[in-house]
Amino acid sequence: MQAMIRKEFRQLRRDRRTLALMIVVPLLLLVVFGYVARFDVKEIPTAVVGVQAEAVAALLPETFDVRIVDRAGSRATAEDLLRRSRAIIGVVAEPPLTILVDGSEMFAAQSALRRTGSALPFGEPQVEILFNPDLSTAAIMVPALIGMVLTAVGTVITSLGVVRERQEGTLEQLAVMPLRPRDVIVGKIAPYFLVGVIDMAVITAAGLLLFDVPFRGSWLVFIAGAVLFLLAVLGMGVLISTLSQTQGEAIQLAIMTMLPQVMLSGMIFPLTSMPWGVRWISYLLPLTYFIQIVRGVFLKATPIDALGIPFLALALLAAVVLSLAILRFRRDLAPSGRRAAEAPGAAA
Amino acid sequence: MTWGVAGLAVWFGARCALEGIDLEVPEGQITAVVGGDGAGKSTLLRVMAGLVPPSRGAVRLPDRRQLGYLPTRAGGFGDLTVEENLEFVASAARLHRSTPRVDELLQRTGLASFRRRLARDLSGGMRQKLGVSLALLPSPRLLVLDEPTTGIDPVSRSDLWRLIAAAAAQGTAVLASSAYLDEAERAAWVLVLHEGRTLVAGPPAEVTGTLPGAVVEVDAPADPARAWRRGSRWREWRPEGDPAAVAPGLEDVVIVASLAAGAEGAG
Repeated sequence: MQAMIRKEFRQLRRDRRTLALMIVVPLLLLVVFGYVARFDVKEIPTAVVGVQAEAVAALLPETFDVRIVDRAGSRATAEDLLRRSRAIIGVVAEPPLTILVDGSEMFAAQSALRRTGSALPFGEPQVEILFNPDLSTAAIMVPALIGMVLTAVGTVITSLGVVRERQEGTLEQLAVMPLRPRDVIVGKIAPYFLVGVIDMAVITAAGLLLFDVPFRGSWLVFIAGAVLFLLAVLGMGVLISTLSQTQGEAIQLAIMTMLPQVMLSGMIFPLTSMPWGVRWISYLLPLTYFIQIVRGVFLKATPIDALGIPFLALALLAAVVLSLAILRFRRDLAPSGRRAAEAPGAAA
Repeated sequence: MTWGVAGLAVWFGARCALEGIDLEVPEGQITAVVGGDGAGKSTLLRVMAGLVPPSRGAVRLPDRRQLGYLPTRAGGFGDLTVEENLEFVASAARLHRSTPRVDELLQRTGLASFRRRLARDLSGGMRQKLGVSLALLPSPRLLVLDEPTTGIDPVSRSDLWRLIAAAAAQGTAVLASSAYLDEAERAAWVLVLHEGRTLVAGPPAEVTGTLPGAVVEVDAPADPARAWRRGSRWREWRPEGDPAAVAPGLEDVVIVASLAAGAEGAG
């Protein structure tokens, strides 16, 4: 038995990825649950509009982080600010005092509702929850789950597909065949992209039909966001495959990239409740931006011009990840110096 | 046309994989590369497939469209059928998917009745035949085969060598590595590698004449460090020569050359 234990320890010591998985994941979980897993929101972005905006803003408790004060604004202005995610609470400072709450930000909304009663110094306001009036969990989670499923399919399945070629030795065969690297790369990614698109259509339809989730925005905006997101996650899949020798290694790496996406993207825990020491990681994850787009489009009919930052960030992430993946994959297919290896006049 | 390498050296970081290798691979001939594990056979073949750039020296290769390569372990794409594998390679080589060459290769390899079977469900020998067929499909000018017969049964080995010999007879330059010295004797030229360096090179018949000293057959070796089993008896290398010398085979020459290299290294 001692021999067996010694052998296992020796193997484990050399299997750095498993070791990393065993050490990094518990640490990550600890950090996540210690710092991130908070449903109570301490600062709620707030917009105050109307003729008494300044006076009302001054009286609001600290939790309401007043970012916009617009004396000329009306209820429509407040609704628009909420639709564009510039605030989660909109206070219409005109009689009767009305507080609009963005129901798509469930935890922030619940936190706000708890504080809109006796805590406010000016009587009982009218409170209206917009976009998700019942504060339905399904309405919040289903759009985000579309992103999570696509992440799993895009990252794990793509990485396994490429690594299988390496494991079977057929990647070398492809490298020698008269195919340009871009033919191989595009040919390899395109089927997964198409499968991802079909997957997205199926789970979106299932989400809408089974869970009665509203879809209020533009299909075009949703499709544009989904395409960018798919490209980013497929790029991650290819990148993982270039860093892995076996399918087991690819799965380990994929899990290591998926876990933070699930925990830190705002899918479960609101970004606004995360400390900045952890929140910056969220802004490096494609799922964070896809969730902003998809929740905005599904629930709030957010127009594309209000989704500029998530679109830009997603496009940037997709470009960076895909470029890295293609460069590394290209290196596997066309080792540097290949041309130098051909004697002058030898190539036709 | 002759392909090959001159003064080739390949380094992986601080590790020297090949040093001072000269090899010509003429069209219409089989050139064999033999050697033990870690001798540098696969690295040399990967250089000849254009997959590993040389650290030093010249490499003469045809264009990729004229090169067929069978990596070690590879025998086609496992999730494709035999026919789909051939169709894919034909398409990549800009041949018509149903080129008569596909049927010709299926007939010659005996894979015709397995054309709809997934490659991963083929036996080891059949899968290697598929791998060689894929490399042969575009009628390459240079065919590079990394241990095409390792781990397969003697009948399949024989079939594969017939296929390879037929390709050479049609003018293809064939470079094949092998762990079996009897196979190397089928080649027109043999390069024996040892720790990344050339141990012996030449036509098999001439190589056997390069043996330093003599090989004798004995029942009990005088120096076990210089002896190896041959059937029920022993063969022993006598560097100083021996009147009772037997005619050495290629295997004897390779063993003696590696013993001599080891003795030089120790000295």
